[in-house]
Amino acid sequence: MSASGAVRSYYGQPVIKEPVWTPEIPVYLFTGGLGGASAGLAELARLRGNEELARRAWVVALAGVAASPALLVSDLGMPSRFLNMLRMFKVTSPMSVGSWILSASGLATSVATANAMTGHLPRAARFACPAAALLGLPLSTYTAALLSNTAIPVWHESRRLLPFVFAGGAAASAGGTALAVTPDRHAKPARRLAVGGAVAQLAALQLMERSLGEIGEPLKLGPAGMLGKLAKGLTAAGAVTAVAGRGGARAASVAGGVLVTAGALAERWAVFRAGFQSAGDPKYVVGPQRERIERGEARGGSRQVGRRRAVQDPPAARAT
Amino acid sequence: MSPAETLSWPGTYGDEAKARMGFFTDTSICIGCKACEVACKEWNAIPDSPKGFSGKSYDNTLDLGADTWRHVAFVEQRVPADAGGGASLVEAAERGGLAEREGLATYQEGDGVRWLMSSDVCKHCTEAACLEVCPTGALFRTEFGTVVVQEDVCNGCGYCVPACPFGVLDQREGDGRVWKCTLCYDRLKDGKEPACAQACPTSSIQFGEVEELRERAERRLEKLRLAGQDEARLYLADPDDGIGGAGAFFLLLDEPEVYGLPPDPVDTRRDLGSIWAAAGAAALALGAGIAAAALGGRS
Ligand code: SF4
Repeated sequence: MSASGAVRSYYGQPVIKEPVWTPEIPVYLFTGGLGGASAGLAELARLRGNEELARRAWVVALAGVAASPALLVSDLGMPSRFLNMLRMFKVTSPMSVGSWILSASGLATSVATANAMTGHLPRAARFACPAAALLGLPLSTYTAALLSNTAIPVWHESRRLLPFVFAGGAAASAGGTALAVTPDRHAKPARRLAVGGAVAQLAALQLMERSLGEIGEPLKLGPAGMLGKLAKGLTAAGAVTAVAGRGGARAASVAGGVLVTAGALAERWAVFRAGFQSAGDPKYVVGPQRERIERGEARGGSRQVGRRRAVQDPPAARAT
Repeated sequence: MSPAETLSWPGTYGDEAKARMGFFTDTSICIGCKACEVACKEWNAIPDSPKGFSGKSYDNTLDLGADTWRHVAFVEQRVPADAGGGASLVEAAERGGLAEREGLATYQEGDGVRWLMSSDVCKHCTEAACLEVCPTGALFRTEFGTVVVQEDVCNGCGYCVPACPFGVLDQREGDGRVWKCTLCYDRLKDGKEPACAQACPTSSIQFGEVEELRERAERRLEKLRLAGQDEARLYLADPDDGIGGAGAFFLLLDEPEVYGLPPDPVDTRRDLGSIWAAAGAAALALGAGIAAAALGGRS
């Protein structure tokens, strides 16, 4: 952005469109990560012989991956056409890739959870359990690729760090939820995951905000800024509380788990909202592009043959 | 990539591929009549989209969207009377002959006003982000190299809406699907020109083969600059730009952002490698984190 913070624009009109996505989407960004990371936790707890934790984590995993397609279908302008998502597989469309990951992980997690609860599907579970655990990892982070692969500056320019924020949030919510529902004796891995995820999420977020500079401004302003502050507060408070619950204070463990989970949800929501604010103000779109041109790093949208004339734009044409 | 070649085209059409068709919009002769907006709505049976009185010059349309596939922008600028040695288009034309021939002279005191008018449209990008992110394949590349939404496939996921670097696409209210300019695909198939180009009374909107239009645009630019219009510039006519050049490109008389256009648009796909790499690395890190939490320490 130019030093004055002002760019020329057409009556302050947005240059790109805000997303048309409804509030189901940030919830989905959360449930995908919760379900995905819970599957990983469940499978490793099972391998470690911690059946109490494993069973609960499988149920959480199933809840997460079952809620996800429901949320996605409900967001579609044409819900009856959800299956059109599976007409093709396109690497250039993270939404296409994600639809396949979600479908496969939903299937594997259902089998794994059914077996964990009933023990009736041991053969299928041998394959389904590790598959669900592995698919849960990209399920937790591809959503960052989905947001970044757009023209929205705050999402696009955070493409290198946003997946780590989401991975941290996924770990925090999976650990936090498991911690809240598992008796203390069996909840050690869940506590470690909740606290570790919370710390990772906060650290990645810090790095991301710093690297974004002025493009990251929407993360600090308006509704996105408030959600972001809330997310950081919940996450930090939850991590501290979860650590305090280590000695066997059940209430502290439950509270800590719930808080970090809520923090992960709020963080997804903050990032989601920031995208709208970033798209809605031409200064975030035009500013960095104009700077690129001035630095001589333009990719050549307009051939810079034109001389700038000494004209005065109408007042509303200058976004501040 | 040759200028007329676009991603996944003409490869997917083989012998059926036609010459790439597009628009050259020469805004220097746009008179702001909005005939293109009307003709487009008429021909494509687009629902009305009343937004009320905007107070923004003569523009009550404001942007492109599901129900606006052509949009005429009106920019009013104050120009110091002596700016650029009086080299506005009108003045240039006068200097070019009219004044001498007819013995006319014009006078201006203090500041003057200059009007910029421009009819905006989908750019039918060579590298079209909308088409690349579409998960259903509803957006496709036609045999003319244009980008079209198949309304019977679109499921309203909305991914193309924030992916387009020009904000062209939008969801239609009460319908849920996305709509945009088709470059009159139906008319093209019948060998006719798009409705807007046919309706344009000044041939500000020129339709034709992209390669030929690019040459025409270069010649026009040359001519304007010889006439002293050295603010004139071509926008999106360069195959080396961030979208690989557009099928619908423009001659502008000021910086693109003045018309509401991004000055240096880039197809998000150019960064897809780093996007997937980061998501993959984060997935691995998450796996390592879960393993450390579950397997490290005691139980
Ligand atoms: S201008 Fe936007 S909608 Fe038109 S082809 Fe390019 S990316 Fe797609």
